[in-house]
Amino acid sequence: MHEQETKRRDVLGLAALWSFVSAIGVALAGVARLPKPAVLPGPLRVFKLGDPAQFAVGSVARIDEGNFFLFRGERGFHAISSVCTHLGCIVAHTEDEGFSCPCHGSRFTADGAVIAGPAPSALPWLELALAPDGQLQVNAESHVPKGAYFQV
Amino acid sequence: MPPTKEFLENLKKTPERLRESALRVGKLPETDRERSQSTFHNLFLHVQSVRTHRNSLRFAYTFGLGLILTASFVVLTITGILVMVYYKPSTDLAYQSVKDIHFVVPAGRFIRNIHRWAAHVMVVAVFLHMARVFYTGSYKKPREFNWLVGLALLVLTLALSFTGYLLPWDQLAFWAVTIGANIASSPREVTEALGITRWFDIGAFQKQLLLGANHVGQEALIRFYVLHVAVLPLLTAILMGVHFWRVRKDGGLSRDVTAEPPPALIRGREVQVFPPTKTYGLMAVVRGRTPVVGRAPEGSVPSWPHLLWAELAVFAFTIALTLALGYWFDAPLKEMANPAIPENPAKAPWYFLGLQELVSYSAFMGGVAIPMIVLIGLGLIPYLDRDPRGVGKWFGGPEGRRIFWVSLVVGLISVVALLAFTVQFGWLRNWFPSIAQLAIIALNPGTVIVAIYVAWSLWTLHRTGSIRMSAIALFTCFLAGFIVLTAMGSVFRGPNWQFYWWPSQWPVH
Repeated sequence: MHEQETKRRDVLGLAALWSFVSAIGVALAGVARLPKPAVLPGPLRVFKLGDPAQFAVGSVARIDEGNFFLFRGERGFHAISSVCTHLGCIVAHTEDEGFSCPCHGSRFTADGAVIAGPAPSALPWLELALAPDGQLQVNAESHVPKGAYFQV
Repeated sequence: MPPTKEFLENLKKTPERLRESALRVGKLPETDRERSQSTFHNLFLHVQSVRTHRNSLRFAYTFGLGLILTASFVVLTITGILVMVYYKPSTDLAYQSVKDIHFVVPAGRFIRNIHRWAAHVMVVAVFLHMARVFYTGSYKKPREFNWLVGLALLVLTLALSFTGYLLPWDQLAFWAVTIGANIASSPREVTEALGITRWFDIGAFQKQLLLGANHVGQEALIRFYVLHVAVLPLLTAILMGVHFWRVRKDGGLSRDVTAEPPPALIRGREVQVFPPTKTYGLMAVVRGRTPVVGRAPEGSVPSWPHLLWAELAVFAFTIALTLALGYWFDAPLKEMANPAIPENPAKAPWYFLGLQELVSYSAFMGGVAIPMIVLIGLGLIPYLDRDPRGVGKWFGGPEGRRIFWVSLVVGLISVVALLAFTVQFGWLRNWFPSIAQLAIIALNPGTVIVAIYVAWSLWTLHRTGSIRMSAIALFTCFLAGFIVLTAMGSVFRGPNWQFYWWPSQWPVH
């Protein structure tokens, strides 16, 4: 009852072939990791803005290096990101009208909610803190819920 | 013979023998037979066959578009290497080095201009070439796979353009990278809306793959530089090789094989030819499909000189065109990249403005889904339309010509009407400010126009009962959509992507 017997040479040959294929596969999988480094480089996105007292109540400051707006109102400070949630352009702020994006026409209310255009979500509010040296500090990577005003 | 004399004799004969050894046949060919042999024995010439069908040389059939593409790729490679000598891929130095190329490097400005305009020529030609191949039915059996190779080359051409115009690191470049990277991360719109971003964040993955970071910076520039000068040109060159190879192996350029073959002429005299009884002895030994040679040699002429002259003419034309454009028009260079303020409006080069218009409805749909749908649809055409009739005839005959014109009108009217409606009345978000994002992703002017076009194509299929006709309808509609959306993005969109009839009406600020 010898049907189609597999020869020893074939077994060894197939084993060699498949070890080669799996070795190449593992090597390629390792190489495929190359574009993604273990640490993603990038600038520090925590910004110290100096003495909180220099911002008058009712004032708006555009912080270019951090791409956000800092507001001081009756209820305290709040910072709203100026990076459009659509495709990352920088929105402009107009008093009373809120924010508008130059690239694809998204518009947002004064507290960041979308009212027109393609933006998929509201402009995020950023985390504010008082640094140990007494300066106002904004962490542009950390979002807080809308309406979380910061009192000094 | 004394050795000194032999030495002198050999020295004297060296130029002649050098030429003999360089040309494998030994001398420049003088007869048709010798020219055929030279074509066959030359590495560069043997890419083309020894004889070329006269239909392939008809200018009104090809408009030389494939050759224009090849020529512009050659021009781009040469000028690209030249500008690489001075270009510095660093966010601090790139802009200054491009300024140097413009103002300091001898002929640098001219070379960069030629490089830029040749890229535009290539983009125009690649669209026209695709349209030519489509409307003459040249994607049909056995050329289906070459249509796919051509599609890959279209994508590569656009990718080369995109990675190229962001290297100067000016305002256009910086915001193009930013927008491009965010389009790559736009699947987040969907995962976010479904609440699965935590487990499946393909958007962030793609963005980080492109940028090498979470923000646009040095890593991104180097990645795009490597893509532009090494990866993409290499892929393009390889695929061009495959493309040419398949054109030959699939029987040369498509032609109407049912048509009466034109008379064979030798030195202006009509001669009788007989279908070959025994050909390509060597090929017969090789197993598998042999080249589709049709019923050669009726209607064919020797490639040398006829095809060579045609190629030379197109190369000369392309080079003259890019030289003229480069001499009279400077390649654009905007202000230095400023991450704090985008231009208003921030516009891509013209060929991406149709996409930019779509993206202004929904980033995911316009930037990812609709382009994917269009590419997949184009790729499926040769596998869905298997009707062999009408190959080699523009629009496949009078009925196709009629369908083309009707579809062009339908395509133009529907997209213009939809854009007019959107400009006049806004879209869902303007009417229902708190509408769910998924609803806008699913239903926006971009998806509506795609749906209209697909519906028109299905209606054509139903009415004519021909897949070929419905393919013509769909392709023509998308062509119309592309033209109108591109015009909309180029001319009629101003600051804040608002509608204006003319740039002179843009508000001054």
